[in-house]
Amino acid sequence: MEVRVQNIRKEFGRFPALNDVSLDIRSGELIALLGPSGSGKTTLLRLIAGLESPTEGTVYFGNEDASRKTVQQRNIGFVFQHYALFRHMTVLDNVSFGLTIRPSGRRPAKADIRKRALELLDLVQLSGLEKRYPAQLSGGQRQRVALARAMAVEPNVLLLDEPFGALDAQVRKELRRWLREIHDRTGHTTVFVTHDQDEALELADRVVVMSKGQIEQIGTPDEIYDTPNSPFVFGFIGESNILPVRVENGQLWIGDRSIGVSAQGEADGPGQLYFRPHDIELLDSSDGCITGLVTVTRRVAGTRHVELDIDAAHSKVEIELPPEKVTSDHSRIAFRPTRWKLFRD
Amino acid sequence: MALGVTLSWLILIILIPLSGLAWRSSALGWGTFWTLATDQRTVNALRISFGTAFAAALINVVFGVILAWVLVRYRFPGKRIIDAMVDLPFALPTAVAGIALTTLYAPNGWIGSLLAPLGIKIAFTPIGIVFALVFVGLPFVVRTVQPIMEEIDKEVEEAAATLGANRFQTISRVLLPGLAPAVLTGFALAFARGVGEYGSVIFIAGNLPYISEIAPLLIVIRLEEFNYPAATAIAAVMLIISFAMLLIINMIQAWSRRRYGYGS
Repeated sequence: MEVRVQNIRKEFGRFPALNDVSLDIRSGELIALLGPSGSGKTTLLRLIAGLESPTEGTVYFGNEDASRKTVQQRNIGFVFQHYALFRHMTVLDNVSFGLTIRPSGRRPAKADIRKRALELLDLVQLSGLEKRYPAQLSGGQRQRVALARAMAVEPNVLLLDEPFGALDAQVRKELRRWLREIHDRTGHTTVFVTHDQDEALELADRVVVMSKGQIEQIGTPDEIYDTPNSPFVFGFIGESNILPVRVENGQLWIGDRSIGVSAQGEADGPGQLYFRPHDIELLDSSDGCITGLVTVTRRVAGTRHVELDIDAAHSKVEIELPPEKVTSDHSRIAFRPTRWKLFRD
Repeated sequence: MALGVTLSWLILIILIPLSGLAWRSSALGWGTFWTLATDQRTVNALRISFGTAFAAALINVVFGVILAWVLVRYRFPGKRIIDAMVDLPFALPTAVAGIALTTLYAPNGWIGSLLAPLGIKIAFTPIGIVFALVFVGLPFVVRTVQPIMEEIDKEVEEAAATLGANRFQTISRVLLPGLAPAVLTGFALAFARGVGEYGSVIFIAGNLPYISEIAPLLIVIRLEEFNYPAATAIAAVMLIISFAMLLIINMIQAWSRRRYGYGS
């Protein structure tokens, strides 16, 4: 089901947690809310769920105004970071819970509930563990039970709050791939919150980058990574370098040298040049380039990371070079960014 | 080493006195023991002791759970003071509590004088005993249930709500079953305390033989009469009943623990 969030504002006391946020989630989409802690991403998720109510604004499920509905009426599936399983119930009872508590008119027959719960356990690859109690499961298994429990009620939308946040790195990666598979198989509209950009970029159809209670950018993982539209997004997603530059006659300057990057149409004046460590080319000449003194080099897996002191700008940058390129400390390197973005104050 | 210390301490503190009691009562001979134990005054005293302790423990379970819930979940001014007050019955000499309660509930006391015209008598009746036992037993329930409640995540309630459970279903199917083992422990402790309570009860009970005389008091009376066989017999019966009840409660607990998968 489509979910539309319209001009939502949420204040806790007098502290604004969300400020005029609007978001359209398409039916069947897997969408990530990404941001640092305090960015309001979890609040937005809880507002969609109905666990919080907005100070202003509306949430639509399809064409229906869901804002007036209680969390019970919204029929959503919610997965918590710390699983929130019912520990006095077996795995099977946990998964069946949402169906067994329905009023008798809407409650499926006992045998059907059991059948459905077992099917879901099969889907999350926990067949045979239905008689266990949550305390007898590993973290990854508990989270899968929680997902099966949330899906049992055929939710309008599946909401996951840092679903892998409490798991160790290995399990996390595994579950990430597995969640994508489940999503592709069941087609539930899914929103998940994460502060892990790798998770968001790898898993989601679209990523919503949030900061300080506002949406900074919405886009596919490619768009977010390749064309960040604000200094925040550029700095938050992936590695980035920032150099103070000056625009003069459509050229970028650092100190008294042009760096060979043209910025046509930009007004003269200061700005910040953002570029990623791998979006550079090395140059031999010392004209029209950025030069710096090598301070540290580190070999990281398939690349060599080189830290440079850019003397003219009094700042440091880090660039990535192929490992066969050996640089000695205190040698001078000339390079030019191939992809970059200029942000003006 | 640790086991050795534990065992010798247990033997010294618990086992030797108890076996002394068993030895003394077995020295009575079965016939004498039976006559002494089934004496009408003794039977009534035992019934009053266990009956009032049971009733008080039940009342404490209900209100202790509610009180613990409020202390865990709500913020209000004076919360810390109320939290500290729960321990008062632990710290207060029980005789002080007994005197205070008697002054309140005696027919000429603050509350007693209001109830007297309605024909309700609390002090000097078994009801008064229950009141005193509720007072001394309350912290046992609150303090056993409270830490378990604190462990219950707010998220568990929210999870139930997102699955469609209303407040009543959340409480009855999610929260209370999870608390059952702790509530049972609290009940057992409050009950055990109530059975053995002496100081606070003897003031408010009036101590009328056959009506509001508790077993521990009867033991003291028999001792003062130098009637050691009768005192021993009552004590032995109390020991057997208490032991049996605690055993049953422990078994229920172990069962629920297994079932609910705690402790692993």
